[in-house]
Amino acid sequence: MSDSDHFSSAIQAGGFEPTQLVEMARMHGHSGKIGIRYDGHGEDWVELSFDWHEKLVGDPATATIASGPIITLMDMASSLSIWVRSGRYIPQVTLDLRVDYLRPARPHHTVHGRCECYRMTRSIAFVRGQAHDGDPQDPLAHVAGTFMFLDDPA
Amino acid sequence: MIALPPYADLLGLRRDGERDGMPVLAMAFGRQVLGRPGFLHGGAISGLLEMAAFAALRTALGEEGEVRIKPVNITVDFMRGGRELPTQAVGHVSRLGKRIANVEAIAWQENPDVPIAAARMNMLLVRG
Repeated sequence: MSDSDHFSSAIQAGGFEPTQLVEMARMHGHSGKIGIRYDGHGEDWVELSFDWHEKLVGDPATATIASGPIITLMDMASSLSIWVRSGRYIPQVTLDLRVDYLRPARPHHTVHGRCECYRMTRSIAFVRGQAHDGDPQDPLAHVAGTFMFLDDPA
Repeated sequence: MIALPPYADLLGLRRDGERDGMPVLAMAFGRQVLGRPGFLHGGAISGLLEMAAFAALRTALGEEGEVRIKPVNITVDFMRGGRELPTQAVGHVSRLGKRIANVEAIAWQENPDVPIAAARMNMLLVRG
């Protein structure tokens, strides 16, 4: 099966099931390279995580990971939160994503990111989320984003 | 010459000349930056933009090697889907203050006048 076929089967298996899509992505693209895995989801949120690794380091002096992997984590959790809220896969693109870096992620700690889709219109989905490295009450990043649907949701 | 961190290697970044005195970074296309089939991952584009912004700020700081740069935030606008092509990005320092720098970056494929994404960043500067 091509990547495209894998993708289609992951998203058409009755409603929307994020687990399979994340597992499929683990073996392929950019999120797999970072090691992003599925943690859990609810009606309108998805949580993903990745482990600290030296190849993700952005500042060798402190062994702090770069912020890019955090954006990737939150972009993916955001997309998935829209699909779990709508209950199906709707083709969409990220319009914008803002990340506030509240503090550096601690070296050797797993980074968790949870995003929720808190509003959906015919054309736009609004998402927000936070990332932490062990204590959800001590977030390391806050995210706000908007996504545009390529087809109108029913 | 500004060293690129390990994360830049993961993205497959290399220096690719300069524009307006600022270093251009090039990201080769490959599975390591792929998102949904046929398109770049928004996170990889954001990572490239961030690295270009950092490189521009380091260049603007020049001899001031002792300055630590802490990213405060980033806003990325995605203008076009990134296709299965090499991508380039360059940063521009719009204001270099004592404590804060405002830095922008754009990313493009094939034509710099047709950007696929742009970012604005606020960076905290810690001197000495």
